[in-house]
Amino acid sequence: MSALLAAPLGWLGVAYLGSLAVLFVAAFWRLDPFTAEVIRDYSFSNFRTLWEGEVYRDIALRTIGIAALVTVIDAVVAFPIAFYMAKVASPRAKALLVVAVLMPLWASYLVKIYAWRIILQENGPLNWLLEPFGASGPGFGNVAGVIVFSYLWLPYMILPLYAGLERIPDSLLEASSDLGGKAGRTFRRVILPLAFPALVAGSIFTFSLTLGDYIAPQIVMAGNQFIGNVVYTNVGVANNLPLAAAFATVPIAVMVVYLLLARRAGAFESL
Amino acid sequence: MITAENAAHFPRVSKSPEPPDVRLQGVTKRFEDVLAVDELTLEIPRGSFFALLGPSGCGKTTTLRMIGGFEDPSEGRILLGDHDVTGLPSYKRDVNTVFQSYALFPHLDVFENVAFGLKRRKVAKAEIAKRAREMLAIVGLEGMDRRKPRQLSGGQQQRVALARALVNHPRVLLLDEPLGALDLKLRKQMQLELKRIQHEVGITFVHVTHDQEEAMTMADSIAVMSRGRIEQLGGPTELYERPRTAFVAGFLGVSNLLGGTVTTSGAVRVDGTGEIRVDAPLPPAGTRVQVGVRPEKLRLDDSAANSVSGTVVERAYIGVATQYVVDTPAGRLTVFVQSSGTAAEGDAVRVSWDPESTFVLEEAS
Repeated sequence: MSALLAAPLGWLGVAYLGSLAVLFVAAFWRLDPFTAEVIRDYSFSNFRTLWEGEVYRDIALRTIGIAALVTVIDAVVAFPIAFYMAKVASPRAKALLVVAVLMPLWASYLVKIYAWRIILQENGPLNWLLEPFGASGPGFGNVAGVIVFSYLWLPYMILPLYAGLERIPDSLLEASSDLGGKAGRTFRRVILPLAFPALVAGSIFTFSLTLGDYIAPQIVMAGNQFIGNVVYTNVGVANNLPLAAAFATVPIAVMVVYLLLARRAGAFESL
Repeated sequence: MITAENAAHFPRVSKSPEPPDVRLQGVTKRFEDVLAVDELTLEIPRGSFFALLGPSGCGKTTTLRMIGGFEDPSEGRILLGDHDVTGLPSYKRDVNTVFQSYALFPHLDVFENVAFGLKRRKVAKAEIAKRAREMLAIVGLEGMDRRKPRQLSGGQQQRVALARALVNHPRVLLLDEPLGALDLKLRKQMQLELKRIQHEVGITFVHVTHDQEEAMTMADSIAVMSRGRIEQLGGPTELYERPRTAFVAGFLGVSNLLGGTVTTSGAVRVDGTGEIRVDAPLPPAGTRVQVGVRPEKLRLDDSAANSVSGTVVERAYIGVATQYVVDTPAGRLTVFVQSSGTAAEGDAVRVSWDPESTFVLEEAS
């Protein structure tokens, strides 16, 4: 048993958590401004730069804000779909819907983002559709980012929610009705509290996947950067690894707090 | 317990002048092409403990679910008192249900489960607390308010389910195989407990079960159902001692059935043996019938009016009695004898019984 576990646990411990630890340590190093060499002494200078630089603050807030917004939108869109799949649909319709939800995950993520780029572009299908009504699409920017992320991660919200709702016995819904609860009350007092851990479980995916993304912003957000983009340019172009490491700790810290809250909500029992 | 103060919540109902609490009029339920309930007509009087008894698939649970509002009848009407509730959703009906699996809300504690129905009706907070505590006391769960359902035993969960339903003082309480998930000892105990609680609160109970003993222990009247119809309706004694169909005779305990023909002298000539006297109304002479006797009404001697001779083929001690199987010219008879008995396998014996213990079934043509 221990021999079997050694390899995967070793991998997890050394390669995965180890690199996170190195990342965290590197966040306190700094770059020599003249030689561009990494100086391995410890200071908060990177964090100060990030905190004081308005650009960095905007980027961090944009990243977290859009991740939160995408999570809320996905939750709202996914709930009725998951509920229909779990409680209303016939077995046949249910199977078809599960396939329909899973299918987009088979397509390349890049393909899907470029598809959205085409949909949203100036003379794209969305504008063509909206034109007769005198309206036009959002173009590229934050709104486009929210739309694309909400689309990309929706299945990750639907699936845990569907599993969570399916676990609620029908008899509980009948019991609520039996005790005088109409649909709204049954939803608020029975379905929502029981599905809440599943909702949080789904939100871990939608939130963290958005938080760490840097490709979709490049393609559909017209130069509006995410934390990931800054990390990417600092690793590559600017070659300022310590600053990149420091900025990368921000989403990690946010996720740690988020996961702690999620654990309190009991989300891990429904993953 | 009932006190002067809370007696108002549980008015002791007098049984006669008011309309029956539940009336089913020609109720039929089809699921696609399966006929689950077949033109059922039934009246359940106020304050009674009524059991729907039958094997699985006989339509008893569907009937209960239609009264509760979880299924709509395909045809017919359902009335609660004078109120036609056909087609009304369950939350608009003055009935509450104890579900088979209890269906307690796992995220709410015992008190919140019990208070669920009262909160919806916007009862004042203090009143909710008072009534919920009273009800928990009636079902014997004082001091358990803050436990979660998963921290309770099966029997305790059952009591919470009962309290949660009864606290709303419904016109009718529906119980769907409420004791099915409990072990035998607890089930026996809860049977008596349910009976006591029903006496105490005076609400009409409609109880669905496939366990004939459970129905006989608790119910004032029992409707034995088979294939979506009521085979026979009556009190436990009547059903047991005067079953009208072979199904009822067979479902409620063991019975010995002998084929025969009604004679002109008002007796029955049993095939293969002599005449038997019967203390029950008989169909016209010449009709083919089956006469039945319960095994515990049979004696292994010659002391009663009806008797046949036979040979013991099997003897088994079953605790409360000794069971004999006796081969007679009329057929094989099962006999329960209270004492251990003296006859051994292979002995020639006389089996006798009283005319009053004999029931008659018309043979299905």
